[in-house]
Amino acid sequence: MSFPWAKHYEPQNPLMKWVDDRLPLPRLVYNAVGAGYPVPRNLNYFWNFGVLAGLALVIQIVTGIVLAMHFAANGLVAFNSVEHIMRDVNQGWLLRYAHANGASMFFIVVYLHIFRGLFYGSYKAPREMVWLLGLVIFLLMMATAFMGYVLPWGQMSFWGAKVITGLFGAIPLVGPTIQEWLLGGFAPDNAALNRFFSLHYLLPFVIAGVIILHIWALHIPGSSNPTGVEVKGPQDTVPFHPYYTAKDGFGAGVFLIIFSLLLFFAPNALGHPDNYIPANPLSTPAHIVPEWYFWPFYAILRAFTVDIFGIPAKLLGVIAMFGSIILLFFLPWLDNSPVRSGNYRPRFKQFFWILVIDVLILGYCGGAPAAEPYVMISQIAAAYYFAHFLIILPLLAKLERTLPLPNSITDSVLGTPNAAPSAPAH
Amino acid sequence: MATGEQAAVPHGDGTDDGVRRRDFINVAAVSFAGVGAAATLYPLVNQMNPSADVLALASIDVDVSAIKEGQAIKTIFRKQPLFIRHLTAKEIAEANAVPVSELRDPQTLAERTKEGHTQWLITMGVCTHLGCVPLGAGEGEARGEFGGYFCPCHGSSYDTAARIRKGPAPKNLEVPEYTFKSDTQVTVGGGKA
Repeated sequence: MSFPWAKHYEPQNPLMKWVDDRLPLPRLVYNAVGAGYPVPRNLNYFWNFGVLAGLALVIQIVTGIVLAMHFAANGLVAFNSVEHIMRDVNQGWLLRYAHANGASMFFIVVYLHIFRGLFYGSYKAPREMVWLLGLVIFLLMMATAFMGYVLPWGQMSFWGAKVITGLFGAIPLVGPTIQEWLLGGFAPDNAALNRFFSLHYLLPFVIAGVIILHIWALHIPGSSNPTGVEVKGPQDTVPFHPYYTAKDGFGAGVFLIIFSLLLFFAPNALGHPDNYIPANPLSTPAHIVPEWYFWPFYAILRAFTVDIFGIPAKLLGVIAMFGSIILLFFLPWLDNSPVRSGNYRPRFKQFFWILVIDVLILGYCGGAPAAEPYVMISQIAAAYYFAHFLIILPLLAKLERTLPLPNSITDSVLGTPNAAPSAPAH
Repeated sequence: MATGEQAAVPHGDGTDDGVRRRDFINVAAVSFAGVGAAATLYPLVNQMNPSADVLALASIDVDVSAIKEGQAIKTIFRKQPLFIRHLTAKEIAEANAVPVSELRDPQTLAERTKEGHTQWLITMGVCTHLGCVPLGAGEGEARGEFGGYFCPCHGSSYDTAARIRKGPAPKNLEVPEYTFKSDTQVTVGGGKA
């Protein structure tokens, strides 16, 4: 599971030795995130975001557990119980704002983590399983975040729930039945609120479980690195602890500063004012938008406005939205260029940045009203998104002339000939 | 006991048809456990369907005598808005003037109302796109360019028979099951319980 030169756990303290002989848990931790895990010596700050995502999950679970002590999942009182948390519970405002903004921070670091994986080709063999498990975590996160947003039972909560469960109603024949089954009624109500609360509490622990598998799968080949060249010997690695615990500790400090700025100075900047109006099934807000982290997918959903080959536009939108994520599960096989890192793929690098801009445009359109010119821009941007993965990447893998790779990580670090810069150009 | 008996039987395919006593026990036990698992799963899945108290609200009675020509009301049916609209002669004529073949979801006004009560247009107030409440039932609300209902979420426009004419919605506003008890009393729902 690790390189032969990995350090071995040798407990000095007799108590730790006694524990290790009976339950080798400290040994497991030592080998996973301690000195027993050798890591490439050239990781840049883009490699911080996995640990930061773990930190964000811990913040969400801790604040979430204490919020659940004060929240009441009943349509009659849910909205008021959230106001009770904000006004009456000691430091309740802090805990709730930390949880709401913590979700945004979680998505920010996870999107940067995915960005890192896409640029440096971290999804390629032999790390496909790491990538697939990461996508499972991403899907679970989206489900958890969606259900969490419903709980305050404001206008956006209610109408968000209605629109998203309405997506399942688009499935031919069984759609309406599935929608009623998901909601436990004909529209979002108590039954839906209660089950969303139950699942919102459960899923983070499922995520924690899949994260363990994600790290397990990562530790079979070991971490990738900015050159994309595999580790060749002990000179290419340093122990995770203290080298990367220190680097990740610094990253965590920066993360917490940014989180605190958001939390204390702009706690509602990423939220929506309509959600401070109690849910009203008879009045739709003029402009329903999901939370910002769903905007690119929402834009793809809304990009279909006409029926194609007799398939209703609504169903096409739903298929395209789910397809935009399902597509990523095939990425390791769509991009089979043997060179991992974007630093050695000049054409790929250009298209990669176009994709980043494309997704940002989709995000902007997803948050904008469903009117022209945003609909047309969404259509073009959504088409490009699919073209990038289905056409451009497979073609690049065949046609691109890549730059020469360094002989080893150490060569790249010490600047011997053939080495290219180890960070992406900004 | 059983072990003693089994020891007497030679190993391999002991019986004539090649099926051993142990194979039979294995298949029977696993099958029975499978049936048990499926039976356990059923309530776990079915508990998520609408409960009895939700279904009990599945039909309502409405008195429409107070709705004047050209007016509409919004009421609640199955926790969702229901539009009841008293169409004017002009609105009926407009709806009948549209060639049915040109519609996205072809239906005539007569098919969407009850015989003898064509002036009463009763539909769900739920946009068939993604479930928003269209405007047009309330006093002074925008009715869109076809004079019926207009959904502000994604711009679907419905005509005076609440048929989809423009925008992303795939279907006409749903007409629920209803019956006229008298000229002014309507019972909506009752089909599903």
